[in-house]
Order: sequence, then structure tokens, then C-alpha cells
Amino acid sequence: MTTADTDPTAVPGVVEPEIGEELLSVNNLTKHFPIRRGLLQRQVGAVQAVDGLDFTVTKGETLSLVGESGCGKTTTGRLLTRLLEPSDGRIVFEGRDITHMSEGKMRPLRRDVQMIFQDPYGSLNPRHTVGKIVGAPFKLQKVQTENGVKKAVQELLELVGLSPEHYNRYPHEFSGGQRQRIGIARTLALRPKLIVADEPVSALDVSIQAQVVNLLEDLQEEFDLTYVMIAHDLSVVRHVSDRVAVMYLGKIVELADRVSLYEKPMHPYTLALLSAVPIPDTARKSKRERIRLVGDVPSPINPPPACRFHTRCWKAQDICKVVEPPLIQLAPGHQSACHFPENATPEQEATAMKAAETNPGRDSVKA
Amino acid sequence: MTNDNAFLSVRDLRVHFPTDDGLVKSVDGLSFDLERGKTLGIVGESGSGKSVTSLSIMGLHKGGSARISGEVLLDGQELVSSSSEEVRLLRGKRMAMIFQDPLSAMHPYYTVGHQIIEAYRVHNNVSKAVAKKHAIEMLDRVGIPQPDKRVDAYPHQFSGGMRQRAMIAMALSCDPDLLIADEPTTALDVTVQAQILDLIRDLQSEFNSAVIIITHDLGVVAELADHIQVMYAGRAIEYGTAEDIFDRPQHPYTWGLLGSMPRIDRERTERLIPIKGTPPSLINVPKGCAFNPRCNYAHLNGGASETERPELLDSGAGHMVACHLSPQERQKAWETDIKPKL
Repeated sequence: MTTADTDPTAVPGVVEPEIGEELLSVNNLTKHFPIRRGLLQRQVGAVQAVDGLDFTVTKGETLSLVGESGCGKTTTGRLLTRLLEPSDGRIVFEGRDITHMSEGKMRPLRRDVQMIFQDPYGSLNPRHTVGKIVGAPFKLQKVQTENGVKKAVQELLELVGLSPEHYNRYPHEFSGGQRQRIGIARTLALRPKLIVADEPVSALDVSIQAQVVNLLEDLQEEFDLTYVMIAHDLSVVRHVSDRVAVMYLGKIVELADRVSLYEKPMHPYTLALLSAVPIPDTARKSKRERIRLVGDVPSPINPPPACRFHTRCWKAQDICKVVEPPLIQLAPGHQSACHFPENATPEQEATAMKAAETNPGRDSVKA
Repeated sequence: MTNDNAFLSVRDLRVHFPTDDGLVKSVDGLSFDLERGKTLGIVGESGSGKSVTSLSIMGLHKGGSARISGEVLLDGQELVSSSSEEVRLLRGKRMAMIFQDPLSAMHPYYTVGHQIIEAYRVHNNVSKAVAKKHAIEMLDRVGIPQPDKRVDAYPHQFSGGMRQRAMIAMALSCDPDLLIADEPTTALDVTVQAQILDLIRDLQSEFNSAVIIITHDLGVVAELADHIQVMYAGRAIEYGTAEDIFDRPQHPYTWGLLGSMPRIDRERTERLIPIKGTPPSLINVPKGCAFNPRCNYAHLNGGASETERPELLDSGAGHMVACHLSPQERQKAWETDIKPKL
């Protein structure tokens, strides 16, 4: 399948990043949803869904955002795809600032940034045939295909492991795993560069989940895709990611490459999260020590001051309630936001302390 | 697998639903035993009959369109042939259930306390005040903060984890001898899941009840279950201790489940090994072994898998498997094809 030869989104002076170069960068990304009350709909507060994220995504990698419900990972995904308007901060995609780009200007960019949704039942129009669903991106973007849209769609269906004969069928005739494949075919139609996948396999049974995980890996290899994966299943995340960002109440508390995050987590929250996952290994059942977090995640309307995790942290001391630990690099490729990092050398502990003194986070309590 | 100590015995349970498209055989010949103080994990994918099994043990399919046959013996009392009224008296007191979705399992119109009190007073002839005191104790027992205030709250005022706790409090309010937990943590975050699993374990050792935990998460059963039953298309295809299932699984479907599962506890550079195809429709279950169209080893036994349904047979020390492969073939496949890739 071929799309138009010239890239209409190409901007003079913008060089397309190579594998391993920065594709997307996010700076102080913030989204506060206002809460309005009363006759005059005055703003009485805000849900601080996402509060000051900094990260970059390099071409060809998979960056996963993990965390419990309400930590802001889905909001982040929607901000990256500009389905939501950021309240503050900057999103730069391939050197272009897309933070507040108008809808019209954003449209050509949409073919570069696509999304895979969680629910394979809600994300496909039940009244449209598979052909119409997967062909929609061509129509919307007015893309000319070499041998007609039907041929292009059938090629896409084959690519994701469906049969081209499925063209005229309706979504209800397919199982959950097949529907997710239809959604992936649609996502791939315009050969996007960045795919934001919001819980792409969590609605699927484990045997089907493995099929879709393998498919996503194959496609990444074939088309040099870059994924931002939003997931809560830490086992799946370990399998698919190159780097992982752990979020808690709208902030990134730890960002590291896969191996060091899972082998040597530095933030206590990450440690607690990992220790909570049941391990399918009977030999380790008895000797495992689990960190029990008490209580629930606090409300993002009125999050705890300074370190947002201090209310549930077993290591918390007075400083955690006053000074917000900044997200700083403690080891190569390993960032953490904690005054008392786990698995840290004395030097790393000192670095964390010093960073908090010289550059405390903006949620710190002012004296 | 007859067991004289069994508190719950299920014998050749069949639950069929007539529909316009044909007969849906959700559960088709299931037998197992469960002792007091033990936990049985039932695993399988959607549509394997896990939930239907639990609902029919609880008698919740009575009066519907379901055709149920076989025997369910709870402490010697046969439930399938009992009337709805007889089973109703057992529910809550002798057996209780925790559902997956606490928001739809609790009545939104009544306070949490009211619902626990109601369940308690059905089986215990006590005043409302006494029952309320008991409800507060139960809420405290499952770890809800400020139970004396929370008892008057409505389900929507609770978070997901607290609602699940409240439902567990309700299920345990009459110290049931059998507790069935159907995907008790699927809707919960992992930290809350860990709290709930600990809670179920603690309460079980305190009350010495028999527990059935139904889940698709192999990690959950590995942590909680003494015995595990793997279900496929309405039948048990493998049954054994947790060690049997995880360390020396015998059935190709169990291998498939283990191979499909990403690991959190170690680096796995190999690709996942998915099971090919999709689970069968329960109206048209494949002839012979229901798993044969998806099985990589079905060709090894000269077509027996396509014609003859394998029985669940003891392959040694209570580890049961329903597969036509010879023990040697299974051993070889597990050692050479599967185990090194996990």
C-alpha cells in the first residue's frame, strides 16, 4: 500500500528524526480540569489530572506510562494526541510546537500521530463495515491510494492477521481480539510515526493478548513505529517497553529503562507497585515480602503538598511534607523523584538530597 | 477423585442454556472436591464456564432457562435437586459469594450498613441494633476506616477497593463455610488487589472456610490456591496442586496459558508463545478434544483428538489431565518445547 509520495505535513527546515533520535518532547505538560459551581459557574477548584510532566520519546522506542487508576496516564495520552488541550507546558513533535495548534493545522499532523483504544467494542462503529472503518482514515485525510481504497484496506487487514474477505463484515461478527486487530489496522492506515496505545490489550484474554502483543512488536519492527503505551499491567509493560514512566497523582515519580526499573526500582512507590503484583511462581509464594500500601490514592482535586506520595509512604519523613523532590537523574537513564531513594548508593542519596535543596519542586510548601 | 473429607463435591455438573442459535453448553461434565480450609483456583479464559460453575453452585441459575444436571453436595446436602427456597436458606449462611463488580452487586439505594444488616438478620434472629453493631465489626475487620461512620454511607461514596471490602464484609457477615470469589480483584488496581488477596487469605485461616477463587490471572491463583483447575470449553482439562500446574503442567492448553503470559519477575527476551486461533463457540464445541483445533500436538496421536473426547484421568498423585498424548510425549514436549521458552 502506498500513500501520497510527498508528505504534506513536511515543514521546510524540519528534518525527520532517525531511529534513536528525539521524536516527541514534552515539557512541564499540565492539564487541570476546572470544577465549576453555582449560578455563575465560578471555578472553585481543579482536578489536577496531569501536573508538570517532562519526558522525551525517541524514534523507534516504546515508552510505557504506568500507574494506578486516576494517576493521569490516559489524560497524558490524550494530551499527546491533542484530543485534549493542555493547560500549560509544551509538546514538541518532530521539532514543531503542537501544544496549542489549531484543529485545522493539527489535521495533517493526525496522520503522524494515531491512537489505539482500549475497548475494542466501543471504538468501532457497529453500523459500518470493516472496510469502511479501516478505510475511513484515507477518506478523511483525502489520501490517494495506488490501487484504490479497497485494495489498501485489504492489505492492511492481511498485515494485522485478518483475512481480506473480512472487508464486508460488521464488527459484531468478530471476537474481541479480532476487533482489536481491526482497530490496529485503522491506526496503521496512514503509516503513523507515533502511536499512542491506551491499554491496547487489557480487555483481551491472555492467549489473545499474547497474539496482539506479538503483532504490535512485529509492526514496530517492520515500520519503525514509536509507541507510547499506556497500561496498568506491569507484566505486559515489562515485556513490551524500552523505557517506563511510573506516574502517581499526575506526576512522573520514576522514569527509567526497563531493566533498571524492574530490577532496581528507586522510588518507593514503584517498589510497592511491583511488589504488589502476584507472581505466577509457586516457589516464591512463601518467601516474598510484600509492601502493603495503606489506604487509597488521594484525590487529585486536593493532592497532598510537597511529595504527593508521602501520605502512603513508609519512608516518609518531615521533609517529604514540605519539600517536593524534583525528578532528577540518579543513574544513567534512571530518573527518580524521591528524597530517600531505594536501591541507591550513598552518593546517589546525597545527590537526591542536594537536588531537593537547590531545586525543590514547585509543590513545595513555602516557608 | 472421590474424597471423603470433601466439604463441597461437584459431580458431573452440566449447565446448558437453550438459545435461538442452539444449545449453549457452558458447563459440560465437571467434577471436583474441595475440603474445608483449602482454596481451589479455577482458571480459564472468557467463556470457559468458570462463572457459570460458581453461579450454579450458589443456585443462582435456578428458575431461569438453564438446564442443570449432575450433583452439587455441600456438606452432604444435594443442591441441584433442592428447591430455590431450600438453597436460599443456605446462601449467606453456609455459602457466600464475592462478585467481580461491587458497584453492580450492591444496591445503590440502600446504605452499605443496611445491606449487611439485612443479610445478617435473615440468618440470625437479632435486633437491628445488634445487627448494626455486627456490621460495624465486619467493616472494621475488612479494614474500612471509621466503620462506625462508614456504615451509614452509600455504595457510591466508597472507592472501588472499599466497595470490594464492603462486599467481602457482607459475604462474611454470617461466617460462611464456603466462599466463592468470582474475579474478586479484576476491577481493582494492583496495590488494592494485594490488600484484598491478603484479606481473603487472612479471613480464610480465621474461619477455616473452603474458598473457590475464579480468575483469569494465573498470578492470583499461584498466590492463593492450594489446588488449581484449568477449564476449557466447559470442562476441566487439568487439575492438580499449584505446584503441579506451574512446575509440571501436562496439558497443551495449560502450556499455552503459561506461554502467553508476560513475566514480571524476570527478563524474557523470547517472544510470547500465543495459542493459535480463538476459543470455540459453546454451541459448536469441536468434536473430540475441544482444544484440538488450537493444539500444536494434536497430530501426534493419529487423529484420536478429533474423534474422541479425552477423559480427565489421574496421571499420578492426584494430578489429573484430559489429553490423548502419552505421558512420555507430554514429558518430552514440556521439557524440550515449552519449559526453556518460559
